[in-house]
Amino acid sequence: MNMINLLLFPVIIPFFTAILLLFFKEQVRVQRVLTVIGLSAGIVSALALVSKVKQDGIQSLTLGSWPAPFGITMVSDMLSALLVTTTLIITLLIAIYSFSSIGVERERYFYYSAMLFMITGVNGAFTTGDIFNMFVFFEVLLIASYLLIVLGGEKRQLRESIKYILVNVISSAFFVITIAYLYSVVGTLNMADIGEKIASIGQPPILSVIGVLMMLVFGIKAGIFPLYFWMPGSYAAPPVPVLALFGALLTKVGVYAIMRIDTLFFVSDLAFTHTILLVLALLTIVAGCIGALAYFDLKQIIIYNILIAIGVILFGVAQMNEPGMQGAIFYLLHDMLIKGALFLLIGIIIFVTGTSNLREMGGLIKTHPTLGWMYLIAAFGLAGIPPLSGFAGKLLIIEGGFTQGHLFGTIIILASSLVVLLSVIRIFLYAFWGEPRPLKTTDRSVYRRMMVPAVLLVALSVVYGVGTEWIYPYVSDAARVLLDPDSYITAVLKE
Amino acid sequence: MELLMAIVAGLLFTAAIYLILSRSLIKVVLGTGLLSHGAHLFILTMGGLGGSAPPVLADGAGDFADPLPQALILTAIVISFGVTAFILVLAYRTYAVHETDDLSLMKGNDEHD
Repeated sequence: MNMINLLLFPVIIPFFTAILLLFFKEQVRVQRVLTVIGLSAGIVSALALVSKVKQDGIQSLTLGSWPAPFGITMVSDMLSALLVTTTLIITLLIAIYSFSSIGVERERYFYYSAMLFMITGVNGAFTTGDIFNMFVFFEVLLIASYLLIVLGGEKRQLRESIKYILVNVISSAFFVITIAYLYSVVGTLNMADIGEKIASIGQPPILSVIGVLMMLVFGIKAGIFPLYFWMPGSYAAPPVPVLALFGALLTKVGVYAIMRIDTLFFVSDLAFTHTILLVLALLTIVAGCIGALAYFDLKQIIIYNILIAIGVILFGVAQMNEPGMQGAIFYLLHDMLIKGALFLLIGIIIFVTGTSNLREMGGLIKTHPTLGWMYLIAAFGLAGIPPLSGFAGKLLIIEGGFTQGHLFGTIIILASSLVVLLSVIRIFLYAFWGEPRPLKTTDRSVYRRMMVPAVLLVALSVVYGVGTEWIYPYVSDAARVLLDPDSYITAVLKE
Repeated sequence: MELLMAIVAGLLFTAAIYLILSRSLIKVVLGTGLLSHGAHLFILTMGGLGGSAPPVLADGAGDFADPLPQALILTAIVISFGVTAFILVLAYRTYAVHETDDLSLMKGNDEHD
């Protein structure tokens, strides 16, 4: 069987499932079953894609059999295959979590459709090899996320959606303008072709300007300093499963785009573009640390931890050496898993206590021990305690930083781990230890059903940490393509 | 011609930024409309304004306008049209629920600091 279309499956399977779901507006049970089937099929195809890329190298497909720079090319290298797989797994678990937490009213108004359209956009953005097509996939995921953030129509949701949408409309306009500039300079939209053309003209100053504009566009999506101002408010407004989806996936698309653009296009003037990236990454970490310590609100603490993780990943990318890049990829995948897990766990804490204010909770360990220990494991994983998932990535990023001689920045990364640990342990101390507070009576069976996906996600992150040796060859493949853009260009243009 | 178009796009961006920074929600939405007009005009300009014939295959025409920016604009227009329709409805709902269209009155920060 000829499987050249395999790399499209993780994009089109969620897409067709989402369309199918539109026909079952009132049958919530059918919707749930179809969502699980669609996402499981997506995971199977994504795993097949990972093993295919591992075996045969970069997969590329130009739609409609046009020769490479003229049609839209979809490219799956190891990085995008891994990200697509992680995205689908996390979405499946969050969908299962939603069954018992989002409420039938929201489910009846196209909640799962929006979720799957968003995944179509996310996976498409990870897989595309065309810069304008990337803009279109960004819009697909953004428009689905607009629906998810406002669905329910509470007062606070409406207020924060307005801000979220305005920020994204402006950043999309910037994206269009940047593509227009780029098109007028290089005259092509295929990313591999752009990479080759930029390498041949040696990055004149106008391209450095375009590089900074790109960083502005994707920085708004990813929430880097000083463009993160929209994130804490907007992410805290929607219900927890939506927050988990956004926190685990949306900002990471921006991070992926920065990784791709800064390793494929703007590699001729590293001293300029990558120094900017380095400084912004460190400032993002500092801003995230301040926010993570400042709040007594469960959601806000974890949201500011997203910022810290984005800073750490981009610091690894800015090193442009092998350990730094491998570390960034390790940490990116880890962070998607662990943020998903943490948001689901704090969602359960909020469900049990009925508040997200740390000062109003205590003593949960006596009534909900599993929740407590799972949260502790996830918290240690986030901070990067050795056998768990955050360790390998941060170790490699630190190695990359020292190799490149960025002593001061690397120390900030190490110090930020302590702040991360302090911020999440504070939640553990306040919520689980201390005097038990009276809880509102909640349904134990709903609690148990919510625990299943959360525990699975924590277990997955533990396996990811323990199985570093087993995952390493995949990550090292991914990093090799990023550090050697010629292999990407050759695979697409087939010279 | 490109210079003139660049100046016009610049004026559109200026007006858009001014409107987006205003307090009234509906002015902000108008600002996003001008912003996308500016962006679309900008793609057309940066694609080059050369070519005397429209990009339709016809007898005798040799000097076509670049068809690619036109396709990009068409895509961008429908996307911004969808988003604008969504924002307008959202603005209407927000006005109904919050009973104000003044963005500075929609602060209401998070309860736990």
